[in-house]
Amino acid sequence: MLSFIAKRTLLALSQMLVISAVAFFLLYLSSSGIARTILGEQATEEQVAAKTAELGLDRPLPVRYVEWLLGVFQGDLGRSYFTPQDVSDALISRLPTTLSLLIATTIVAALIAFALGIAAAVYRGWLDRLVQILSIAGYAIPGFLFALLLVIVFAINLGWLPATGYVQLTADPLGWLKTVILPIAALSIGMIAATAQQVRGAVIDVLRQDYVRTLRSRGLSEREIIFKHVLRNASGTGLTVLGLQFVGLLGGAIVVEQIFALPGLGTVAIQYTSRGDIPVVMGLLIITSLIVAVVNLLVDLGVGFLNPKARVA
Amino acid sequence: MSTSDKPETTLHRFLANPLAVVGAIILALIVLSSALASVLAGADPAFSAIRDAFLAPFSAGHPLGTDSAGRDIWARLLYGGQISLLGALLALVVAALIGIPAGLLAGYYGRWFDSVSVWMANLVQSMPGIVVLLAARAVLGPSIWISMLIFGVILSPGFYRVVRTAVINVRGELYVDAAKVSGLRDSAIIGRHILTVVRGPIIIQASLLLGIALAIQSGLEFLGVGDNSVPSWGNMLNEGFRSIYRAPITLLWPSLAIGLTCAALVIIGNGLRDALEERGSSSARRGRRKNVVTATAAMAALPAVDVDALDRDALDEAAPLTRPGVNTADETETIVTAPLADLEFVPEPAWSDSTPLETPEPDPSAVLSVRRLRVGYGSGPHDKTVVHNVSLDVHAGEVLGLVGESGSGKTQTAFAVLGLLPTGGRVTNGSVLFDGDELTTRSRASIRELRGTGIAYIPQEPMSNLDPSFKVGSQLSTPMMRRLGLDKRAARTRALELLDRVGIREPERTYDSYPHEISGGMAQRVLIAGAVSCRPRLLIADEPTTALDVTVQAEVLRLLRELQSEQEMAVILVTHNFGVVADICDRVAVMNKGTIVEQNDVESLFARPRHPYTQTLLGSTLEGGPSRIDLDRAEAEGAHR
Repeated sequence: MLSFIAKRTLLALSQMLVISAVAFFLLYLSSSGIARTILGEQATEEQVAAKTAELGLDRPLPVRYVEWLLGVFQGDLGRSYFTPQDVSDALISRLPTTLSLLIATTIVAALIAFALGIAAAVYRGWLDRLVQILSIAGYAIPGFLFALLLVIVFAINLGWLPATGYVQLTADPLGWLKTVILPIAALSIGMIAATAQQVRGAVIDVLRQDYVRTLRSRGLSEREIIFKHVLRNASGTGLTVLGLQFVGLLGGAIVVEQIFALPGLGTVAIQYTSRGDIPVVMGLLIITSLIVAVVNLLVDLGVGFLNPKARVA
Repeated sequence: MSTSDKPETTLHRFLANPLAVVGAIILALIVLSSALASVLAGADPAFSAIRDAFLAPFSAGHPLGTDSAGRDIWARLLYGGQISLLGALLALVVAALIGIPAGLLAGYYGRWFDSVSVWMANLVQSMPGIVVLLAARAVLGPSIWISMLIFGVILSPGFYRVVRTAVINVRGELYVDAAKVSGLRDSAIIGRHILTVVRGPIIIQASLLLGIALAIQSGLEFLGVGDNSVPSWGNMLNEGFRSIYRAPITLLWPSLAIGLTCAALVIIGNGLRDALEERGSSSARRGRRKNVVTATAAMAALPAVDVDALDRDALDEAAPLTRPGVNTADETETIVTAPLADLEFVPEPAWSDSTPLETPEPDPSAVLSVRRLRVGYGSGPHDKTVVHNVSLDVHAGEVLGLVGESGSGKTQTAFAVLGLLPTGGRVTNGSVLFDGDELTTRSRASIRELRGTGIAYIPQEPMSNLDPSFKVGSQLSTPMMRRLGLDKRAARTRALELLDRVGIREPERTYDSYPHEISGGMAQRVLIAGAVSCRPRLLIADEPTTALDVTVQAEVLRLLRELQSEQEMAVILVTHNFGVVADICDRVAVMNKGTIVEQNDVESLFARPRHPYTQTLLGSTLEGGPSRIDLDRAEAEGAHR
């Protein structure tokens, strides 16, 4: 098990290394006159040269990458070009908002998707068809359109929930819940649609297995067979889909944060990228790929836990 | 299926799907109206008149009203469609140009290019597209065309994966090998054979990816980081969102345009998939049937003793006159009388005109008494009867062999008694008395009460009948805890005893193993232990030795016999092997085409088979060679040594 974790961690690290290197070189090679952009049109050549030297932009690119990388390992993501802020401070202060949104959405989506998928597979009939139709709709329509719809209906027309704003989870759990219900609902629809569909398929497959008939022949209750044996054998598929959906969820969170004015990574991303603040962009990329890597590792561990055969690999 | 009618039939199937047709019509309307924007718009999309801001829909000259700058929404929607659709199309073309060739190369040639490209596809897909686009926007500026170009690269694994999978699947096909052998160049093979196969998946994937590209593009513009110099649907959303309190209706139009387009694309994709899959499934079914035939032919070529291996044509040749005719008479009365009755073979109306005998009353002394059992699948005009008028009795301490070819209905009879018929199957007539209780009218839940403790079951294939995710021990002890009310420790102790009893040398180790860690023979012993664990009165064993090695078969049969006499169980042994029957059964019932054609005690049946079908089964020997009975005897005796 430990060697499995070590192997997966190494793989994830190498992937992050490649992503960061490619991004670093592409970003710096395709941007020109950074110092000029920061200082503005009025700055003299001397000022620009001084700024360039100050930012270290006159030194070779590979050297700068290695320096940046060494900094990352010490938790130093550099300094923003446009604000006197450390990139790591700017991003890490926003991280809890985004993470709480992502985790809550994943939990809600997983619970609903599994419930719908299992119910559709076990009962079939009209319930199955309904789940299928909802899945297609949830998959087809972009999540931010759902978000807009929710804002208009529940926040503006009905006034039940605040349209914008955010309360820290630690400060006021109930207030937090009020501010995140709509974002979570908007984000989870697509995830539920995709996952429920796959869980349904996996449960139908497992229900056809010989061992389910044998378990029934032993006189076990249908409830025990479905919630213990079928669920466990079908969860691997569900978990894998949730992991894949999570990457899309990260992107969706950026848009949804903007709609509901949640102070998360998404708002930082939009604010800084439109100014061309490369250190912040690099920090954002590295944090995003770190989150994806952690989620992938968790999914692998979960699948290994559920499926004894996968543990060996 | 010839290649020429392929596209036509797929198209027909697609057009037969109303939802898909609606999707196609909606998409066509959206594309057409965008293309004809200059004709339909009636206003300049960029003409701004602040005085006319937020005009309601159906205002004069503004069918959908105006936005915050007083620009005509209808015109902006039409011209915006041009930009949005072309942008998405650009991403799609880039993705196709990268993904399709890469998938073809990786799938067809494999090797290092395959490993490298899979790794790169994983890498590209591990980043959320919108984050990458934001990063690109930081240095390249807010051009929709540049964004969509980059997004095309991000989407390319979508094409790459489906093409690669399809090519790998088809690469091993015989006709591709034949093309290679006949000296066709690789490029010609790819062009002629491979592209035909991957065309379908590519079109489906294209419709889905186009929807994703449109969604991402409008999402990006909605965020306000897009190119706001052009009227696109995403920009209209952004514009409308800023005045969400003042005029939420301005959000509706671009939302509808994006939502309808995306939904139509997914529906079209699903419709195409269904249309292609229907074709695929019919050809797959044909392929499977071919495999079955080959397997049977291969088995028939061997000196096998299995009835399954007998070719139907050979049977016809062996008994052209006596083979029962087409068995259409549903009410064929096949009566199986008490075991002591002298003559237990009842002629079938299909080959004899004698009137059916009265079916005797259920035998009260039998553990299981089945009368006139009929099992059918489906309902209405398409239902299919797979078991008809089966009557049989099994007494305590007695082993009844249920013998027949594959498809004779013997397993269906067994499942009907267990109440475990597959989906769609049900008992349509007759009665199943277990210890005097009628099972066919009982609820599913109350039949469950009987399973394990009253009726138990040993399956045919050991490895697929243990849940791979749970340890052997818990699969053995849980039913005892539930059904016998044992506590955890007592169930464990008894499970270990049972494992020891069925001849497993290290019970503790097997108890703590997962099914994939034990051999097939051990797994079958575990299943036997599980079946007898709750001391059932009736044991139904469905081909319990078929999947095992010959050496293990004899041991397992001996074990079954011992357990049966120890626990005074009644046993129904479903088999196609007369060797097994001779070895273990007291009586035997021969099934053909869903009915029992003959029943007798083993000695008499082997010595004097009465029904022509039984005679055919037993006696289809080479002229002058030893009879099947002698062969089976010899085999059975050999098994005992």
